Amino acid sequence: MTVSILHRISGDGLAIVGASMFLWWLYAIAAGPEAYAAFVAIVWKDPSPEITLVHQVTNILGKVVLVGLTWAFFQHLFSGLRHFVLDAGAGYELKTNKLWSAVVIAAGLFATAATWLFILWGNLNG
Amino acid sequence: MGNGTHLGKVRGLGSAQHGSHHWLQQRLSALGNLLLVGFLVASLLRLPLGDHREVARWAADPLVAFALIMLVVSVFWHLRLGLQVLIEDYVHGEATRLLALVALNFYAIGGAAFGIFTIVRIALAPVVPGPGGM
Repeated sequence: MTVSILHRISGDGLAIVGASMFLWWLYAIAAGPEAYAAFVAIVWKDPSPEITLVHQVTNILGKVVLVGLTWAFFQHLFSGLRHFVLDAGAGYELKTNKLWSAVVIAAGLFATAATWLFILWGNLNG
Repeated sequence: MGNGTHLGKVRGLGSAQHGSHHWLQQRLSALGNLLLVGFLVASLLRLPLGDHREVARWAADPLVAFALIMLVVSVFWHLRLGLQVLIEDYVHGEATRLLALVALNFYAIGGAAFGIFTIVRIALAPVVPGPGGM
């Protein structure tokens, strides 16, 4: 049941927050270098020496949202794959079902951690 | 199937007969998302995201631009179906539900159109000269 609720939460989060941020990113690319720099300064890191309070807050908030979206993506992906298996009529035995539900949650958390370690590692090495 | 459908239909409360269609579309777009969002995430992890020129050049590649457009279609189609279920489950009252569904369609169709437009704009923008000119 938890997996089902998480599937909905992660899906709706991706649909509203994820898709909006994706559109905002596409717009920033299309609008040119200045607009793109402004987008990065809000969401990720303001490179100016004196960062405004607003950007200080949004820089942290942006990372929180991005980590959240990463988790939502993996969670929704893995529980979506689980749904494909269930659609095929497999995996309804109580023990099997319980096991894979736990695997889905663990895999979502693990993939999120791995992704951000990879990003952090990349940032440190260049 | 029970035999309650007839009375339900008389009352206007019967099955809308779109259930399996919705179900199938959700799976098809899920499959599309699996491939296309997977491609996007892999790309995001490899791209120098702080560099506008590099990002724009990546997105302007015809194959990438095409994949991005397909992604927008698949994702917004899928999210429209998903959010529709959310609204049907949690928004009660006919007027508010109708309003929410209208808003959802504005978001899904408008968002997809906006996304496709920006991708085309990136792909067909005046050429961003790379190192060594071009």
